Amino acid sequence: MSVRVQQEDFDVGREIAQLRASTRGVGAVASFVGVVRDLNDAAQIRTLTLEHYPGMTEKALERIVVEARQRWDVYDILVIHRVGVLKPSDQIVLVVVTSAHRGEAFAACEFVMDYLKTRAPFWKKEMTPDGERWVEARASDDEAAARW
Amino acid sequence: MVRLVYLARLRDAFGTAAESVDLPGNVGNVTALLEWLARRGEPWTHELAPGRAVRVAVNHDIAGPGTPIRSGDEIALFPPVTGG
Repeated sequence: MSVRVQQEDFDVGREIAQLRASTRGVGAVASFVGVVRDLNDAAQIRTLTLEHYPGMTEKALERIVVEARQRWDVYDILVIHRVGVLKPSDQIVLVVVTSAHRGEAFAACEFVMDYLKTRAPFWKKEMTPDGERWVEARASDDEAAARW
Repeated sequence: MVRLVYLARLRDAFGTAAESVDLPGNVGNVTALLEWLARRGEPWTHELAPGRAVRVAVNHDIAGPGTPIRSGDEIALFPPVTGG
């Protein structure tokens, strides 16, 4: 298992290949890639700045991964979350889960993302033509996390 | 003495990222800390008013209203998270 918080972009293919190579018996790989949109709440997004709480972020992500591994029979989980200034169509976050069968991989991947959205200390600030604004948390994210 | 850390919108609102403060003896948990800070006046009163969405972490763990606070703790105040 590993979690990484980094400014640099990531190569989805390479990350999946490395995770697969580290385990025998993998029959399923589920992945999620979050991407910066060019529109949010009807405003054009020029840049998106991702801030986090160093020290707590990695710990929070590791705790989410540990919980996923307790709930589902998976081989491995990788989480990469970028911070800093991003542009529309940039990759923000990657979750990869390997398991023997697809059910566990799909469920664990969705769980990690739902928990990450509500428990990992990241915040987004958008730069729009009208200036900067902090992104507000969505109630739908709390509802998604509460399903589990 | 505790270390207070402010993140994202709250750092902008308070105009500072962190401070070290001596807490009065009766400020022993998260609720008491938020009430004490809110008594500083604006912008604290507005940002920490009851009903405002403020999250707190004590020593890098998400805290609840009754989570105890002790000397030497790092206490972070932040808005609901928006990563992913």
